[in-house]
Amino acid sequence: MIESIKSFMGWFFVTGDPMIYGADASIALVSIGIVAVLTYFKKWKWLWDEWLTSVDHKKIGIMYILAALLMLFRGGIDALMMRAQLTLPNMHFLDAEHYNQVFTTHGTIMIIFVAMPFIFGLMNIAVPLQIGARDVAYPFLNALSFWLFFMGAMLFNLSFVIGGSPDAGWSSYAPYAGAEMNPGVGQNYYLLGVQISGIGSLATGINFLVTILKMRAPGMTLFKMPMFTWSILITSVIVVFAFPAFTVALALMTIDRLFGAHFFTIAAGGSPMLWANLFWFWGHPEVYIVLLPVFGIFSEVIATFAHKTLFGYAVMVWSMVAISLLSFITWLHHFFTMGNTAPVNAFFSISTMLIAIPTGVKIFNWLFTLNKGRIQFTTPMLWALAFIPNFTIGGVTGVMLAMAPADYQYHNSYFLVAHFHSTLIAGTVFGIFCGLHYWWPKMFGYMLDETKGKWSFWIFMISFNICFMPMYFLGLMGMTRRMYTYPAGLGWTPINVVMTIGAVGMGVGFALIAYNIVWSAIHGNKDKTGDPWGGRTLEWATASPAAEYNFAHIPEVSTRDAFAAMKEDKGVFTTKTAKPYEPIHMPNNTGIPVIMATFMFIAGFGCVFEWYWMAVPGLIGIVICMIARSFVYDDHHYISVNEIKRTEAGTGRLS
Amino acid sequence: MTHSLLSLNEKDRSKMPLEYSTEEGDLRIVGFWIFLAAELVLFGTLFGTYLVLQSHTAGGPTAKDLFEIGPVMAETIVLLVSSFTCGLSTIELRRHNKKGLIGWLIVTILLGLVFVGLEVNEFYTYAVHEGAPLSRSAFLSGFFVLLGTHGCHVSLGIVWIIGILLQLARRGITPVTARKAFMVGLYWHFLDVVWIFIFTAVYLTGLVI
Repeated sequence: MIESIKSFMGWFFVTGDPMIYGADASIALVSIGIVAVLTYFKKWKWLWDEWLTSVDHKKIGIMYILAALLMLFRGGIDALMMRAQLTLPNMHFLDAEHYNQVFTTHGTIMIIFVAMPFIFGLMNIAVPLQIGARDVAYPFLNALSFWLFFMGAMLFNLSFVIGGSPDAGWSSYAPYAGAEMNPGVGQNYYLLGVQISGIGSLATGINFLVTILKMRAPGMTLFKMPMFTWSILITSVIVVFAFPAFTVALALMTIDRLFGAHFFTIAAGGSPMLWANLFWFWGHPEVYIVLLPVFGIFSEVIATFAHKTLFGYAVMVWSMVAISLLSFITWLHHFFTMGNTAPVNAFFSISTMLIAIPTGVKIFNWLFTLNKGRIQFTTPMLWALAFIPNFTIGGVTGVMLAMAPADYQYHNSYFLVAHFHSTLIAGTVFGIFCGLHYWWPKMFGYMLDETKGKWSFWIFMISFNICFMPMYFLGLMGMTRRMYTYPAGLGWTPINVVMTIGAVGMGVGFALIAYNIVWSAIHGNKDKTGDPWGGRTLEWATASPAAEYNFAHIPEVSTRDAFAAMKEDKGVFTTKTAKPYEPIHMPNNTGIPVIMATFMFIAGFGCVFEWYWMAVPGLIGIVICMIARSFVYDDHHYISVNEIKRTEAGTGRLS
Repeated sequence: MTHSLLSLNEKDRSKMPLEYSTEEGDLRIVGFWIFLAAELVLFGTLFGTYLVLQSHTAGGPTAKDLFEIGPVMAETIVLLVSSFTCGLSTIELRRHNKKGLIGWLIVTILLGLVFVGLEVNEFYTYAVHEGAPLSRSAFLSGFFVLLGTHGCHVSLGIVWIIGILLQLARRGITPVTARKAFMVGLYWHFLDVVWIFIFTAVYLTGLVI
């Protein structure tokens, strides 16, 4: 009996590596610490009432961002471990198997559990405010989306202490990711964790598409919307049409592994190439799902701090539409070298290069917005300005990779790795840090410290270049991605040392951002006006942080940059008005989303270990939650006029 | 009731059908159409997968060996008729006739149950009697998962309609129950459209080619 328990524990928990034991201990300590603090300060009820059951888009946005920052920390640690291993030739810091796991979790976490939720967090905070709405179209579904992402992320992260991590790369290519060559639970964690979170993403796409199409303030026609809202509208369309393909791909591979089907196996007629096609049919649009929103953020920030209206508004919109359409017909460029015919490669080569045109148009529009502007170098503006040249380098090397014959040289080398980090860091990461600093006062009512913000920017941006500029040359010198070590004497060592220094610098930059968040929470300047930056769009028209109902009166819009226009012409500044208040209808908090997502976690964990005694009750729990929700009719309340008056008086907005 | 949540210019909704009579109902129906668009991509991916793998029988039974026109026609007719009765339920909804609405929805789920029964029987015949389970070949994997996904959707639709029937019986036809009955109708017709594609792409091409 004891022997069998022992052998189960040895297989269930990941053993043998001191770093894993360290992680086990720190997870246990942090968990105990959180429970102890919540219990000691009697905060459990507060946590449940104010956060876990909240359907307020602003709180959901904050939870998204906190979770994404935590995941960014974990993904960053993975990156530093890889850099430590590769600093010098023949290192034994990580073994081959462990290295495979680390690059797999790094990629998956950074894309699925950092980039997307961070962007979802920012759009949750800004979009309803920018369009003058009181919430999103489906507040319940919004909370469910968040909890599905959260539980998916937790399930995925559990893999490194329980059962073992996936090791087939973030793209999880068949046949290596199949049951035959990759037994054990690691790959199941990838499939189930990403699936659960992906269902939440699809729901978010539908939610924001309807919110933006149907809930804009009176007078705000589509072509009067803020550019960030436009970018989210277009991104939501991509989410709705790309994610179902990924849902299917993940489900098919899960069925392969759990029930012995033959979609992607080599035996019995399966087609490993089919996986590559399905994965990238989602995977390439996914790149634009995490890029278009930051294009929107940069458009807002550059216009605000150049003190000018955005140059070429309509062209900005149409170029995003063009990018979104092209994003669906370029997926094959991820595997030019897998033996397609020349005409097929030629088609995808051209379609890929075409994307450079609308993207280039956008770059020039940002430059023309800056032209003759009164530029104010705030922290968000620094991130936005650094984005333009750094991202352009990533874009240009993308066109180099798009040339199919040349790609046979670049493919799977560090040149490629440098390219996509140039786009994803100089694009997405710069963008989310830009948006974080820009909207922070709107989220919490105080500013992040500018001096520390600028230091963190310079350290991170310079280190990024120290890390990734040499990487292009390392790729051209022949070093391929995903190799866990290399022999001495190839001339790669100096570049690898430099890159590791850059990686550490990026870690320092991120740590400084985290420190700034903590420091500013205590010492940060209060934002009493609701408009600390001199903003141009409606989110700055309300208090910081915005009241539960966002706007006491729904604003009326007549032009683009609605708030800038309101400030110029005080007569139409409608937030301070003598109009009488009316009771405001708001959705009730509900515990169903977090409970349902917990059942999803249980079902997912059961499937990972093929414990159907656990998976089936989890699935039944999900269905029961859906039925329970369907029978809830009393799901809203009214905020009384007196309460609105009290709230508005508290922020000095009562006329 | 729910006007103040939403900020769209107030339309005159009194002349619209009950399910569109509140802005909330309108919002949810729009969102459901977008959800169906996503479902279209989901089934499109499964169809693409099936068509790629159709010829990958790995020496096992082929479509021609397995499919029989009789049961397939029975499933098709039952599901098409259920779509018709579901349409009748929507007409009764527009007439505010609670009895008619409930009656036709019950007929719809009964036909749905017959369809699911026939399909389960078909799967059982293939997997057990004909030695052609999902793990036999890539073709069969594609077949079972495409049709199984459709079958699961129909089964979930049955559970959903039962839930709506209970709410209709208790609350009668209100803007909320009307919206739910209307939306489940959209869902049911969508599954019928998917079946027409299955009938063509899986069974007809399987029997002919």
